[in-house]
Amino acid sequence: MQDNIFDFSIVTQWIDTFLRTYIPDWGALLIEFVLIGLALLLLYALIALALIYGERKICAFFQCRLGPNRVGPLGLFQSIADMLKILIKELIDIKHTDKFLFNLAPYLVILSSMLAFGCMPFGKGLQVLDFNIGVFFIMAVSSIGVLGILLAGWSSNNKYTLIGAMRSGAQMISYELSIGLSMLAVVVYAGTMQTSQLVDQQVTNGWFIFTGHIPMFIAFVIYLIAGTAETNRGPFDLPEAESELTAGYHTEYSGIHFGFYYLAEYLNMFIVAGIASLLFLGGWAPLHIGGWEAFNNIMDYIPSIIWFFGKTAVMMFIIMWFKWTFPRLRIDQLLHLEWKYLVPIGFVNLLLVVLMTIFKIHF
Amino acid sequence: MEVKANIKSMKYDDFKDNEALEKMVEELRANGTNIVVGCLDDAINWGRSNSLWPLTFATSCCGIEFMSIGAARYDMARFGFEVTRASPRQADFIMVAGTIVHKMAPVLKRLYDQMAEPKYVVAVGGCAVSGGPFKNSYHVVRGVGEILPVDVYIPGCPPRPEAILYGMMQLQRKVKVENFFGGVNRQEQKPIEESQD
Amino acid sequence: MANIQEKITTFLPEAVFEEGQYPTFTVPAEKLPALARMLHDDADLQFDNLAALVGNDWGDTLGVVYYLNSVKYNHWVILKAATADRENPILYSVSDVWANANFEEREVYDFFGIRFIGHPDMRRIFLRGDWAGYPLRKDYDTSRENNRVPTESEENNDKTISLSVNADGKIETKIIDIFDKDDYIINIGPQHPATHGVMHFRTALDGEIIKKIDVHCGYIHRGIEKLWEGMTYPQTLHMTDRLDYLSACQNRHALCMCIEEAMQVEVPQRAQYIRTMMDELMRINSHLLFFSTLAMDLGSVTALCYGFREREKVLDIFDETCGARMSLNYNTIGGVMADIHPNFQRRIKELIAIMPGALKEYHNLFSNNVIARNRMIGMGNLSLDDAIRYNMTGPSGRGSGWACDVRKRNPYAVYDKVEFDEVLYTEGDSYARYMVRMKEIEQSLHILEQLVDNIPEGDFAVKMKPIIKVPEGRYFKQVEASRGAFGIYLESRGEKNPYRLKVVSPGYSLVGAIDHLVKGSKIADLITIGASLDYVVPDIDR
Repeated sequence: MQDNIFDFSIVTQWIDTFLRTYIPDWGALLIEFVLIGLALLLLYALIALALIYGERKICAFFQCRLGPNRVGPLGLFQSIADMLKILIKELIDIKHTDKFLFNLAPYLVILSSMLAFGCMPFGKGLQVLDFNIGVFFIMAVSSIGVLGILLAGWSSNNKYTLIGAMRSGAQMISYELSIGLSMLAVVVYAGTMQTSQLVDQQVTNGWFIFTGHIPMFIAFVIYLIAGTAETNRGPFDLPEAESELTAGYHTEYSGIHFGFYYLAEYLNMFIVAGIASLLFLGGWAPLHIGGWEAFNNIMDYIPSIIWFFGKTAVMMFIIMWFKWTFPRLRIDQLLHLEWKYLVPIGFVNLLLVVLMTIFKIHF
Repeated sequence: MEVKANIKSMKYDDFKDNEALEKMVEELRANGTNIVVGCLDDAINWGRSNSLWPLTFATSCCGIEFMSIGAARYDMARFGFEVTRASPRQADFIMVAGTIVHKMAPVLKRLYDQMAEPKYVVAVGGCAVSGGPFKNSYHVVRGVGEILPVDVYIPGCPPRPEAILYGMMQLQRKVKVENFFGGVNRQEQKPIEESQD
Repeated sequence: MANIQEKITTFLPEAVFEEGQYPTFTVPAEKLPALARMLHDDADLQFDNLAALVGNDWGDTLGVVYYLNSVKYNHWVILKAATADRENPILYSVSDVWANANFEEREVYDFFGIRFIGHPDMRRIFLRGDWAGYPLRKDYDTSRENNRVPTESEENNDKTISLSVNADGKIETKIIDIFDKDDYIINIGPQHPATHGVMHFRTALDGEIIKKIDVHCGYIHRGIEKLWEGMTYPQTLHMTDRLDYLSACQNRHALCMCIEEAMQVEVPQRAQYIRTMMDELMRINSHLLFFSTLAMDLGSVTALCYGFREREKVLDIFDETCGARMSLNYNTIGGVMADIHPNFQRRIKELIAIMPGALKEYHNLFSNNVIARNRMIGMGNLSLDDAIRYNMTGPSGRGSGWACDVRKRNPYAVYDKVEFDEVLYTEGDSYARYMVRMKEIEQSLHILEQLVDNIPEGDFAVKMKPIIKVPEGRYFKQVEASRGAFGIYLESRGEKNPYRLKVVSPGYSLVGAIDHLVKGSKIADLITIGASLDYVVPDIDR
């Protein structure tokens, strides 16, 4: 059935063999590494810019406004202008900061989101990092980010940033638990941690959110809530709560260092949405409905890359919808929600998934 | 004129006070410009002028009008002014909206000093321009010009949102004709000597 | 009234009685605290509310005028105390009787240099510690050399002094530390997104929990009261719009009413109707802005845009009739500046038609949101007694069940002709204060509905001379502004400019109570509580 789906590995294989015919193996590999690295970086930047533009337009839509429309057609170049400006803005050297940590922190944040970004299955045969503990790896690298935030808050030598950092430390570490639990539910259900296998299973059997009954749906909802909290976006944007802590942990950063935080925020949202579509919505798997052969065939002809980005876009829209609807939680309410509701529900749900998998009561 | 040719996106005839801008361009271009550098300048200025992020700073009535232009009817997001930053480090220009008094003056100065270059100052409202109706008071600074180098003055009490937007567009025009390479655009001027009377 | 006089003269035979707007008693300074305590505690008098405390420079003496009001009986009395010592003036504090006297007395110290014995915290509140002179004294040198624009921020000196009388009758000065030695103190403000202007809270924290707040005002102190002393009466009017710019109409209404009462000018009915309608429109405008900013402070930016959307409709009405959106300059002595715009009634009817739907939308989006409710319910509890003690009038007081609406208690303009409810909640938390304002929008619409078609024909103003001389005397007038009872104290010596004109702003009392309200709650609650009090800083600092 999945023969109709275009396999991007044909292209990559061709490039590989082409390089190897002219260049020794090590050289070919080197060139491939550089190429892939560049492609990822470019994609990273492009996605971030598109997201910033998208968020502004969507936010404007929610608020009965127009949003950017002066810079380029429909304001499409708005975020490019922002990037240009932020690139050449002064980096302020601040007295009494821990210089090394202060400068290191934004790179840690970017690094963490870069690494997680590499694990995304963008399409059939389009995946950079894919090994047997993929899900585990994503969890691990995405928690480097909190280190960057804590360091930023600490090294800035500012009371606001410190409070912001402590808040985000408490928040991210707590919510990682819920993310872990809902991911674990999927892993238990699928029996693998490798991202490509997760997608393959969903291509053949259908998306986990459909096959996995109610428990998988619960896991999905928990993941969505915890994922939003993990990216520090509203209504969980306490670490940078404007009305309380001016700009939170990155108050003292200017220029491109602030730009890194700004980019990472949007990219993290992309990653959270991407993982949601990978784990629950079938990654790049097209939508199939049992019995409707013609429909399924048509769906297969839509390129896998569009499926992935489409699903991710829908997830991101939902996350933005949260932000532009809800007021902000307070720190104790935030932790209350996590430890008294999400974690217990997550555990019970995990148990249900285990039972469901053992007795094979799923589609 | 150069200003006419330089800013194609914003029509010359739509704006007043072009003389000030032309004078500035004349001074900047006095030594001529390198073509490559000039092109780069244009690109950079395009980016800068279209992405001016204001610092959320307001002391009185004008601040409410500043909120109005952020809201639905006037929507400054159209121009890319949308991202109001609460931290001075990340803002591009400071809108001095409201009266500045003696106790506030050093605070404002410090805020300005905390901002990263390039930074601009817009004085909004009669009080920020000259002290306004409170000029004779014992505790009011007679215009922010006494403590900061002001780029655009927007009169009014408070100025209408349209006026504020016009002022912000004038700031955009000013940014568009600046030089990034090879010349210092804005030297920190010494504060205007306080008037004695 | 005879009762009050009798009680006071029996308690304190030295008290000198004087007729006036309200019964006035001049009291020897050292006897004042005991008298204040008696007036406050006596069951038949119950002067539990200090409506105004006005410092004054009478040339040879410096003194204070107290306006006392009883919530239960709604009767008034004025006390006066003065000292002839201009070098080192000392009076006695009543801050232990009425809590709002704490800030009011600091203001008097700041402007007149009068120090109060028994006051816990005798520091300047508006001006910097290094300010030379006391600006509201008549002999103050206003030249710029005296006080130049400072270039350095003031160092935070967290020490204060308190005066007391020791056993041998000597005055002792005690230095007090405001914070504990190892408190973690953050500065919220003067430039901070949530302080609604330029307020400075020195906040001692224990983790996220607030231990104490030390309020510093004066970052927009423009010296309006001093400016007024050099202006003619019509000139004084335009400053009121710049005090609380969200009660521009009501503030000006108060000053006009005060002068009209003193001059005994009869304002035409048409003007009274227009004034009332303008006041209510202003109230809607202000409460919509309150909703918007509260929502924004709580992180719901979308609600801000919704609030502003309807607010623009109100501003359109102002724009057509007054030619301005915010500083309206509409009321004038003897009426209003100009007649209403032909569209005025139609626009108001449009507003009345759309507002109920809009309010429903706000409630769906924000008021009934579980997060918003959790952040507001039970936060910043204010009991009825405390509301009266701190003189927290307006919607903040009504959220605690204090029926303090001046429109009901002492009706002015045409408020006695319209039918409306005084919105009262008894919970006293942030949510109650929030809901009072939302319900007041409905009541204001209701008032507008009754008036819009019944504006009588006739003149919109009586003609006044450009320079007027108000007869000698002391006048005090209150109106219900958007955020509480806004009082104007006018002392005239029969000249063309006022001898002393003071604003009794509702916001000042609100800020005075903020330490009491937020103690023990979290930083995020400070934002909620501050937003729910809805103070406007230029109104406080003047």
